[in-house]
Amino acid sequence: MKFIVSVLLIALLSLAVGLYLPWWTIALVAFIVTSLIPQNPIKSFLSGFTALFLLWGALAWVISSNNNHLLAGKVALILKMGNPILLIIVTALIGGLVAGFAALAGSFVRRK
Amino acid sequence: MRILPLLISSVITAGLVVTLNSKLLLPAPLGKLLSPQHGIWQNAESSQASFSEEFKFPQLTGKVQVYLDDRLVPHIFAERDRDLYFVQGFLHAKFRLWQMELQTHAAAGRASEIVGKIALKHDREFRRLGMVYAAESSLKEMEKDPQTKLACDSYTEGVNAYIASLTESSLPLEYKLMGYKPEKWSNLKSALFLKNMSENLAGHDNDFEMTNAKNYFSKEDFTKLYPSYQDSLDPIIPKGTIYEKASIELKVPADADSIYLNKEDLAVTTQEEKPDRNNGSNNWAVNGAKTKSGSPILCNDPHLGLNLPSLWYEMQLHTPELNVYGATFPGAPAVIIGYNDSCAWGVTNGGRDVRDYYEIKFKDESKREYWYDSAWRKTEFRYETILIKDSATYMDTVAYTVFGPVMYDQSFSGGRASNSRYFSVRWKAHDKSNELKTFMQLNRARNYEDYLSAISNMKTPGQNFAFANKVGDIAMRTQGEWPAKWKGQGDFIMPGTDSTYQWQAMIPFEETPFQYNPSRNFVSSANQDPADSSYPYYLGRGYPLYRGIIINRRLQDMNEITPKDMMSLQTNDYNVFAEMATPILLNNINESGLSPNEIKMLRLLKAWDYNNAPYSRGATVFDVLWTNFSKLVFDDEFKNAPPVIIRPLESTLLQGILSDTVYKFIDNINTTAIETLSDDITIAFKNSIAVLEKAQMEGRLEWSKFKDTRVNHLTKLEPLSRLHLSIGGGTHSINATKPNHGPSWRMIVSLTPKTEAYGVYPGGQNGNPGSRFYDNFIDHWASGTYYPLWMMAADEEGDSRVQWKMSFTN
Repeated sequence: MKFIVSVLLIALLSLAVGLYLPWWTIALVAFIVTSLIPQNPIKSFLSGFTALFLLWGALAWVISSNNNHLLAGKVALILKMGNPILLIIVTALIGGLVAGFAALAGSFVRRK
Repeated sequence: MRILPLLISSVITAGLVVTLNSKLLLPAPLGKLLSPQHGIWQNAESSQASFSEEFKFPQLTGKVQVYLDDRLVPHIFAERDRDLYFVQGFLHAKFRLWQMELQTHAAAGRASEIVGKIALKHDREFRRLGMVYAAESSLKEMEKDPQTKLACDSYTEGVNAYIASLTESSLPLEYKLMGYKPEKWSNLKSALFLKNMSENLAGHDNDFEMTNAKNYFSKEDFTKLYPSYQDSLDPIIPKGTIYEKASIELKVPADADSIYLNKEDLAVTTQEEKPDRNNGSNNWAVNGAKTKSGSPILCNDPHLGLNLPSLWYEMQLHTPELNVYGATFPGAPAVIIGYNDSCAWGVTNGGRDVRDYYEIKFKDESKREYWYDSAWRKTEFRYETILIKDSATYMDTVAYTVFGPVMYDQSFSGGRASNSRYFSVRWKAHDKSNELKTFMQLNRARNYEDYLSAISNMKTPGQNFAFANKVGDIAMRTQGEWPAKWKGQGDFIMPGTDSTYQWQAMIPFEETPFQYNPSRNFVSSANQDPADSSYPYYLGRGYPLYRGIIINRRLQDMNEITPKDMMSLQTNDYNVFAEMATPILLNNINESGLSPNEIKMLRLLKAWDYNNAPYSRGATVFDVLWTNFSKLVFDDEFKNAPPVIIRPLESTLLQGILSDTVYKFIDNINTTAIETLSDDITIAFKNSIAVLEKAQMEGRLEWSKFKDTRVNHLTKLEPLSRLHLSIGGGTHSINATKPNHGPSWRMIVSLTPKTEAYGVYPGGQNGNPGSRFYDNFIDHWASGTYYPLWMMAADEEGDSRVQWKMSFTN
């Protein structure tokens, strides 16, 4: 339960702050959420990772599908990633990793 | 709290954020770039995207409605000019901001700020040419005139209103990829944009190259290699036109013929890439006697570098006093090539030499004083500060003399001048002028007199303005403010120690060659010589010949013309140069010693119909053969020539072998035998086979594949460019499409009571590579098809072509 709540909170708050603040505020969100909802480090990491992997992956997927992957195809070539799907996966991984490590750090705030 | 793990994981997180937010370890700041709410994903425009929007700007004085049609062409309906140009600026920025800023940065010699050290040479060259100096002087004129000032001020406000609305996520893609942000627009930037067009169109000269050629070759050879008059010339204003005696009497310097002969080589040792000397365009107009409808038809296709986003942006501008449609320049107000309710106009480049160099004698290395008219004169200096991305600022000092800026000196040779001497550049584009007024007035022109008055403002770059109106008039004027030159003036570097070699006066407006309702019922221009040798002023050399010949031949024969006929003429691939050259090539190939493969290639050439059609293989054989033939003929003569030199024109070689069977340069001076024309052509043919066979093996023998036309994104990034287009034509065809250069806007306007107009350009209305409107016109353009141009009426709001509406209020 804690895990699902954490994932949802991190994802929703990240979406909200992303409207106004720089992209890396996802790290602050994940850190704060896992420091307030204590879980063991592995679960904390996974909640941060899962939240942003799903959020960024889904956002990128929806945007790119509506665009018929026109731009993703071009950017993927510029970044030498070959295809748009890989670009979406990389996007999701970046979000996941940043939020995951921030969430991990957050989990140590209240741990003895 | 567990301090150590907290610290470690926090450091990892921070490290990740820093890495992904910068280029420290990665080639791009991937986090910033790929964040779906900030980065490139925000530029992926939905295929269902709506462009309808409501805007409020206190700068506006009333309401403005913009109707965007199914090709994303905006039709702007405003009450006042002020509001019209505000919205024009706003829309240019909304769809094309990045290119506007890049092009004006490049014009100002500020490209290094964006791309770093690799642009330093370009920036120095443009500063030393005095681009900013020229734009500033032109801006003064633009701001002196109330009409152009109002347009520029409002346009700038509109661009800036858009820039102010930008957020990190809505920045154009290129800013995100390259990691910078736009600065504010200004009237100076519009002036710089127009000056950049001057550089593009009137910034070409061969003065160093020709000076070297004159020094290197004997007088007799020089005259043969670089004739100043071409036999098969069919000038813009036809032969036989009677010109009044020149009103300006020019004093020719006594030593004009001998100066600089047999002097030591001026140049450095490497020749660098120069702009395309076949930069060109076509325009023509026929009157009602030649058309099916009985009304004039005007056509224009300016040939320029083919880039994405395109140089052009289509628009309709409407106020109660104005209604005009056509191609606009993102970067400047008004319509540049187009039509209104009364008339249509189009341009080709005048191409006369308006850039000359003078050698300056300075008292000493400080360059503070120079010798001029028997006295030491004080130099003025302009200090150029060039900011460079990721590098220290570069300071350049440019000396200015009475002639203009000292472009080349010890510190800068431009890859063509000598580092031990000083050369001032006298460029017509430095003079005061207000070219924008030309277009402001043409947009509002109602008759021939209005057209004349409008184009009298066009000084540099000089353009051949074709004109037609609904009353039935057609006209052509080789417009520009041209220096009156004595024969040969400015073909070579001139001495700058006194005033005898200076430009003495400008040719008066009344003495410009023009045609108004001529008896042949058409006017045309294709960058050829403006007039024949009976015109009393010197016109320079090196104009392209062949497109003009074929256009005039076709127009002469055509009657009952429809816009459809004009489309096939404008996209015609016929190569008139090949028509003249192929027979003499074929007659001189000695077939006895040819291998079966060589015979096969020869058959392709023999069967060729002189059309540079996309699928034609004969066109490829001809192209390769001519290139090899020309090399073979001249390589021996040029082997020891200075590297900064130009080769003779194609027309010179062709006319040489057509008129003289023992053309002097055919013989290879390095062999004891005397080679004949037949020897050279046969060897050239054999030399061509390797290239042709390779092309055949790679499936590239068809002309369009061999030529391989592409439209490059301005960064040259391939994924943002369009490569391998299936299109024919070439340098000497009316469809002058070369690998990265060609018809940049094709327009046909039939001035029937209800105007019927067609157009297309190789690009798309939206500069965003993530939009389906980014390059959607390109395939149409390549296949030679056109879009009907829609001059929307105020009451057509409900028309099915209107897809989106923007409304602007204060």
